[in-house]
Amino acid sequence: MSFKTNNKVVQWVEDRLPLISMGHHTLYEYPMPKNLNYLWNFGSLAGFALVTMIVTGIILAMQYTPHVDMAFNSVERIMRDVNNGWLIRYIHMNMASFFFIAVYIHIMRGLYYGSYKAPRELLWQLGVVIFLLMMATAFMGYVLPWGQMSFWGATVITNLFSAIPVVGESIVTWLWGGFSVDNPTLNRFFALHYLLPFIIVAVVVLHIVALHTVTSNNPLGIDMKGPQDSLTFQPYYTIKDLFGLGVFLILFAGFLFWAPNYMGHPDNYIPANPLSTPAHIVPEWYFLPFYAILRAVPDKLGGVLAMFGAIAVLFVLPWLDRSKIRSCKFRPVARVFFWIFLLNGLFLGYLGGKPAEGWYVVASQIATAYYFFHFLILLPVILPMIERPRELPSSIHEAVLKS
Amino acid sequence: MADGANPESSAQGSGETRREFLYLTAGAMTVVGAAGAIWPMIDSMNPSADVLALSSTEVDLSPIEEGQSVTITWRGKPVFIRRRGAEEIAIAEETPLADLPDPQTDDDRVEKPEWLILVGVCTHLGCVPLGQKTGESRGDYGGWFCPCHGSHYDTSGRIRKGPAPKNLEVPPYVFLTDNSIKIG
Repeated sequence: MSFKTNNKVVQWVEDRLPLISMGHHTLYEYPMPKNLNYLWNFGSLAGFALVTMIVTGIILAMQYTPHVDMAFNSVERIMRDVNNGWLIRYIHMNMASFFFIAVYIHIMRGLYYGSYKAPRELLWQLGVVIFLLMMATAFMGYVLPWGQMSFWGATVITNLFSAIPVVGESIVTWLWGGFSVDNPTLNRFFALHYLLPFIIVAVVVLHIVALHTVTSNNPLGIDMKGPQDSLTFQPYYTIKDLFGLGVFLILFAGFLFWAPNYMGHPDNYIPANPLSTPAHIVPEWYFLPFYAILRAVPDKLGGVLAMFGAIAVLFVLPWLDRSKIRSCKFRPVARVFFWIFLLNGLFLGYLGGKPAEGWYVVASQIATAYYFFHFLILLPVILPMIERPRELPSSIHEAVLKS
Repeated sequence: MADGANPESSAQGSGETRREFLYLTAGAMTVVGAAGAIWPMIDSMNPSADVLALSSTEVDLSPIEEGQSVTITWRGKPVFIRRRGAEEIAIAEETPLADLPDPQTDDDRVEKPEWLILVGVCTHLGCVPLGQKTGESRGDYGGWFCPCHGSHYDTSGRIRKGPAPKNLEVPPYVFLTDNSIKIG
């Protein structure tokens, strides 16, 4: 079903730049496993969120002023005076959260169904790169309104680099362009916040090229063996993705119109004050598990290493999990530990939002230890010894017909 | 180098042909050149001349009573000035160095024992510790307490408990007269 045309103009372009046939291949005839469930919607939802962020972000940049004396007021002006400014900013704010929701579900889907295993290692690692870039972009974006949480979040996070031995202080001064978070910092964060999303787009393109080379994983975790195992992307998955998008947007609209500040923090509506730290600094919700890991370690450098290590461990996950079976459907023990890992991650998120005192500290230490235990000991050492995977079906087609 | 008669074959695989030598030196020069071109751009992100120009501040100490603290701004950061009482000085001086995570005598941290001058930035992750205003928590050691991640500082601004690795920094300052200082 490869691309053919009778239109002379299209053919003329096609002979010089095969764009239309590439699009046709990617969005029309591309074979997808026919047993995908709704968890496979979250890649395209994340893509939709990225585009929404870029479009609303460009419009906001037309009204925003990246200067310490004017940034806060320019955001308030967007909210009060700019036509539909409140709507565009609230979309940008809430879609940032929904982008992370989609990406976290996308990542957990990959963990459950073993989507990181051969031959999808690079596909997975590109995803981790996107996740890191998203975190950097979201962090810098949160600094731009120049409220109290913006300022102190920027201070705490940039100070993480001061934990680096010898050159740490110089690196922090260089990041700031001064001796504290100040106007030069705000200016460069704005420049980078505008740049990074386009770098994310570039890595997403690589992510999709890698995906289309190895094709999608599926709930059974076995390869497609022929046309009987697959469906074309159009119309089957275009319509499924669009339906999922509708549901996603209903939830999004709920937050956007009824609780637009629910996922934010009221302290960020207080203008930044370099002389007064808010009593309780918390990052945005999507950083909380990593923030809990940072605070769990009572040593500055150790805490920073643990936090970055929590993401670095995802890079090597394809080689840590030694089971040949991808899907947890056929891994009775790994499946149980997947849910424990998920609950532990949510618990870390809860702890990250609490002050670092009393039992919260001990609990974060235990949960942090468990996080690393899962990746470094359970998957590579314990599971291969105790787990006996169930028998895999011979093909997707056969399994689909049986059910 | 290879012998003149047949340079190509005799040196094959040894990595010593003229061509490889030129390749390596040209490659090395490219790296040096690229680094030289990138450095000005990286350095442009370091503090600029106008930021550096704001790097000293003069403070009149005469209105500060004993036991009182004031906060002033230097290089965009808060600087704590505390006029310590005799008791606070005594506690700070008598603390054994073995009790300190970052050992430093009180004498090394002040010009005049009465005046304690510190950069009011927690050495953990940069929050401003509490303890300047009356009624604020001064932590377990009567100095300052950082609410962000729970670091306690003593009456000499030295770290005693919590995740911060170092004592509160003492900025460079000189006494211009008995009652005024220049910081920076």
